[in-house]
Amino acid sequence: MIGYAVSPANFLVLGALLFSIGVVGVLTRKNALVMFMSIELMLNAVNLTFVTFSKMRQNLDGQVLAFFVIVVAAAEAVVGLAIIVSIYRQKRSASVDEASSLKW
Amino acid sequence: MPFVAPHIAWHGIAPELALVGGALVALLIDAVKPAVDRRFLAGLSLATIGLAAWFTFDLRDTRAVIMQGTLAVDGVALFGRLILLITAAMTILISYHYLSRRRIHRGEYYPLLLLATSGMTLLAASNDLLLSFLAIETLSLALYVMVGFARRDEKSQEGALKYFLLGAFSSAFLLYGIALTYGATGSTQLSVISKQAAVASVDERLMFVAVAMIAVGFAFKVAAVPFHMWSPDAYQGAPTSVTGFMAAGTKAAAFIGFFRVFLVAFGALQWDWRPVLWIVAVATMAVGSLLAIAQTDVKRMLAYSSIAHAGYVLIGLVAANRDGVSAALFYLLIYAVMVLGAFAAVIVSAPGGSERLSLAEWGGIGRRYPVFGGAMTLFLLALAGLPPTSGFTGKFLLFAAAIKAHENALVVAATITSVVAAFFYVRLIVLIWLQDPPPDDGHPGIGPTPALITSLGIAAAATIVFGVWPQSLIDLARNAISHGFVG
Repeated sequence: MIGYAVSPANFLVLGALLFSIGVVGVLTRKNALVMFMSIELMLNAVNLTFVTFSKMRQNLDGQVLAFFVIVVAAAEAVVGLAIIVSIYRQKRSASVDEASSLKW
Repeated sequence: MPFVAPHIAWHGIAPELALVGGALVALLIDAVKPAVDRRFLAGLSLATIGLAAWFTFDLRDTRAVIMQGTLAVDGVALFGRLILLITAAMTILISYHYLSRRRIHRGEYYPLLLLATSGMTLLAASNDLLLSFLAIETLSLALYVMVGFARRDEKSQEGALKYFLLGAFSSAFLLYGIALTYGATGSTQLSVISKQAAVASVDERLMFVAVAMIAVGFAFKVAAVPFHMWSPDAYQGAPTSVTGFMAAGTKAAAFIGFFRVFLVAFGALQWDWRPVLWIVAVATMAVGSLLAIAQTDVKRMLAYSSIAHAGYVLIGLVAANRDGVSAALFYLLIYAVMVLGAFAAVIVSAPGGSERLSLAEWGGIGRRYPVFGGAMTLFLLALAGLPPTSGFTGKFLLFAAAIKAHENALVVAATITSVVAAFFYVRLIVLIWLQDPPPDDGHPGIGPTPALITSLGIAAAATIVFGVWPQSLIDLARNAISHGFVG
């Protein structure tokens, strides 16, 4: 037993914070892999939010939704990493600054 | 507690089952026999689409919400399937020779195309935010791979990377919006959300943030300004057949999903989101049209033109009435056909693997190949929205719906941007007809094949027929929404 109860609202705030960290990560980092990790962080922040709302509302839907999100995140990782590896093979770099042949 | 198996209305998802089944069979054949004739895979895919169309036709009189309320079978969903299946079939026609010419004719193209189509049709029929998200991911994951299909082409890879990073980023926003909607209303079902959102006890601040995030997610998918940055790069980098498929299919599916979510689930909040989407619509039309003027690459120009067209369809959403929905459905269908025609013309423009991408290479092509030049001219006129083409009828219907909703300023803005947009379409027409062809026969001619001629012919015929005799299609679109959305 935990000695004190944590208000569910705290988890919502934590979820929002993690999501924001992910957004900032995508917007500021230059490495495609790190950007992708930031996106995964955003998805996991959403999962935390889903589960917290599920707990607050005493409704299981949110936890089921989190499972779907986990599956989608895994599928996204497969395709995303394949694209990043393929571009790394061509340019020997995963920096998004190098990918600049298409402009304006 | 005994386990009660849920009732599954298989007939309601029969079109999607056919598409996924066909994709799996094609994938299996390609895996077992890698040397299989590509003609067989293309034929199998066309047959699958035909089967899905037949199942869709079978549902024409059904109006229901099935699968525990997650899937709507209504006129809009059926019209959406019609648009998307036509798009997929035409994409196969224009892909076949193009992929061979570029030496990227690998078998997995066809399963990916069918899976993307199944995601699109599900998105058009989804009555639950979770299913909308899954459908968007299904179509996006397949499209990320298709954009990067030319593995040795730097541009294709770069387009895929940008499309993937921004697409996944936008999906996360959409998902966070879904989570907040779930928190505020306790459900992801559109009809439940719409009832809960009208109740006074709902947390309005939470709903506003949720609606904004979901709008961002959909705006990314339809390439509305300011979330359009990925689309010119992805459109230019992708193999041309995939570009056509994205411009026609993704746009139609994402817009139908956008309309359904906002008009059904968030209908009670329309006085809050309509002004925002008003601004987005005007910005999308203006930025798309203005930036298209500066382009020298024909695919990139068509990409910006497709951004501008997203703005026109948004007019239907801002109007938020039944006329707006039916006009948007009409527009999405005729736009799909004419943009596929335009990209088919780009593919036909050269016999080898490299098309005439630079605008300068189109100089005088109409004098040498009048029929080909005429077809491209027709599509450009339709994209510009000039009579007697279907583009004119489509714009007319959208503007009429907006005027009915007293959005006169929006119509004025749309008309002005149409004039701006006409400039770059007409500039290409002038190049095609009025410039002398280069004297040294440096150009490689054009490369028509039976499949490409068929798709060009269908697109050209549809563009003229629905411009001159649009009534039957208008009636079909009106009937699709005459009883509203189900649910």
